[in-house]
Amino acid sequence: MMDRLKQMNPVFLVLLLLFVAIAILSPYFLQPTGYMNFLKRAAPIAILAVGQLYVINSGGFDLSAGALVTLTVIGSSILLDGEASATWWVILAMLGVGVTVGTVNALVVSWLRVPSIIATLGMMITLSGIALTWSGGAPRGYLPENFRFFGRFLIKDLPLIKILPVAVIVMIVVCALLWWLMHRTNYGKRLIAMGDNPKAALLAGVPLTQTRIVAFAMSSISAVIAGILLGGFAGVSTDVGVGLELQAITAAVIGGAQLLGGRGTVGATIAGALVLQAMFTLLNILGFPKPVRDVVQGLILISAVVIAGYRRRRSGG
Amino acid sequence: MKFQRPRNLTGLAPFLLLLVAVAIYVGVAVATGQTQYLTAENLLGLLGRSIALGITAVGQTFAILIASIDLSVANLISVAAVLGSSIMSGDPSMMLPAIVAVLAVGVVVGLINGLIITQFEVNPLIATLGMALVLQGLLSAAFNNFAGEVPEEFQVFAYGQVGGVSISLIFLIGLTVAAWVFLRFTRAGSKIYSVGGNPDAAKLAGMRTTRVVILAHVICSVCATIAGLYLASRLRSGAPWIGRDGVYDLESIAVVVIGGTALSGGRGGVWGTLMGVMIFSLIDSIFNLAGVDAFAKQILRGVIIVAAVAIYAMRSRRIEA
Repeated sequence: MMDRLKQMNPVFLVLLLLFVAIAILSPYFLQPTGYMNFLKRAAPIAILAVGQLYVINSGGFDLSAGALVTLTVIGSSILLDGEASATWWVILAMLGVGVTVGTVNALVVSWLRVPSIIATLGMMITLSGIALTWSGGAPRGYLPENFRFFGRFLIKDLPLIKILPVAVIVMIVVCALLWWLMHRTNYGKRLIAMGDNPKAALLAGVPLTQTRIVAFAMSSISAVIAGILLGGFAGVSTDVGVGLELQAITAAVIGGAQLLGGRGTVGATIAGALVLQAMFTLLNILGFPKPVRDVVQGLILISAVVIAGYRRRRSGG
Repeated sequence: MKFQRPRNLTGLAPFLLLLVAVAIYVGVAVATGQTQYLTAENLLGLLGRSIALGITAVGQTFAILIASIDLSVANLISVAAVLGSSIMSGDPSMMLPAIVAVLAVGVVVGLINGLIITQFEVNPLIATLGMALVLQGLLSAAFNNFAGEVPEEFQVFAYGQVGGVSISLIFLIGLTVAAWVFLRFTRAGSKIYSVGGNPDAAKLAGMRTTRVVILAHVICSVCATIAGLYLASRLRSGAPWIGRDGVYDLESIAVVVIGGTALSGGRGGVWGTLMGVMIFSLIDSIFNLAGVDAFAKQILRGVIIVAAVAIYAMRSRRIEA
């Protein structure tokens, strides 16, 4: 029992402490509207972080995720321009864009042997260029109600929890699917083998290119879904996705994922995203100005990696 | 070292890329009938528009040569510009203290980056990203607009000319020469190549690799602060967003890599980086001559960065992360 506790990822403990602190400072947080709002706001970053985890576990980075969020929001609002009947087609089209972006990223890494940080940096610049060209630099069009449903709608009058935002349901479903794929299928084993040691994985028969395509596609699809949620509750703007890729990487790292290869788990990554969001909430309650968020994000990012490294060395893994 | 190419060859590929870019530039100028831009002065002027990027990228070359990377340079540039211009506050007698203070900040930030990376074994991307967030947060908490003022005497750095050539351009070329001499002819310089090429071998050969890594990071950060001082001189004041607006972190990495320095460390050099900066400004000028829309320009830029790196990657058949 004690051994199990010691082996437990400290991110869960940190999350618990943060929740307690927030609850003491702001009892509102204990009410269903309080914690459900919190989860709703954390949903996009949690989804993005789990998508990013696929790429991180494959041994790479996806810096293009934030730009893809922006493109999703801008593109959907221009394509739809309030036309509710087109919503499903546009969502499908955007998911198609996501699959394409992820595949291109993976092929550039696999076939052209470009390091993923440069490949996805190029994709980030390209995608934000496309979003700006398409929109002319300012938000255009608008999103119909049924598109914004996913990010904004609350299911009310439920027993026990009273309200349930649709964004939270989306988060649970997406994260559950991504958890299953990573931890309960052969694909997940191949992915982690590839991140650990690509040469050994290749010799063991792992199809590296295919595995990488799926990993990058998962990251891009999660970016599109995060974009749909953000378009729903934050509305249309040209900088909605700025910096989200770094927040996603931070969340995965807080959850204990190792950069350049392998071993991050979906559960800990979601906890990492919640820690990040809880930290922002706490700073907000304490009345710190927004820039302090950056300082804190930077410090916890570094300390998370330091602590993870220390634990790894001590356990001899 | 098995993987190291002869050094005279590593410079060749960016040079060829540069020639191609010049050829396209000339071709577009002739085709659109804008031949008045085809003077040697103009070509040199191209570099003059990217001084800040050039200074930053020379520093970034050191970080990348030891197989590290520095994402904190853009925010450090903002800190340097704001700090420099606040200390000067338009008073010429405060120029020296301001410069010393700003360079000292560069040394400290580089030391911290290097120590986090070597002592705590934190991945350099994470260490410098964390540093970037901390710097930006501290800066935005204290300033939200242009701060201080740069005296006329200090504006010479950006606007002064000697014999028709701008001082800043001479400075950039001088800095590159100094960096090249350091890397090519000093023991510390060859250690940087050894540690970047194969840290384990360097350690076994008795090198104190941590010192080399820290040194490279200090050089990188100091260069970024110099770039910040240059921008303060050019804008006549420092603002907390100038580094981020210039995207100097990612752009400096891009030009270093386009200049033929391998992200895996140990191969490349500062002349390649300078060529990378020229290639970048040439691309910009080509788009301007051809009248390409500003946003479409960005799309092409993304594609070109990836394509250039792909060309190098195809040449060396190593698997990189």
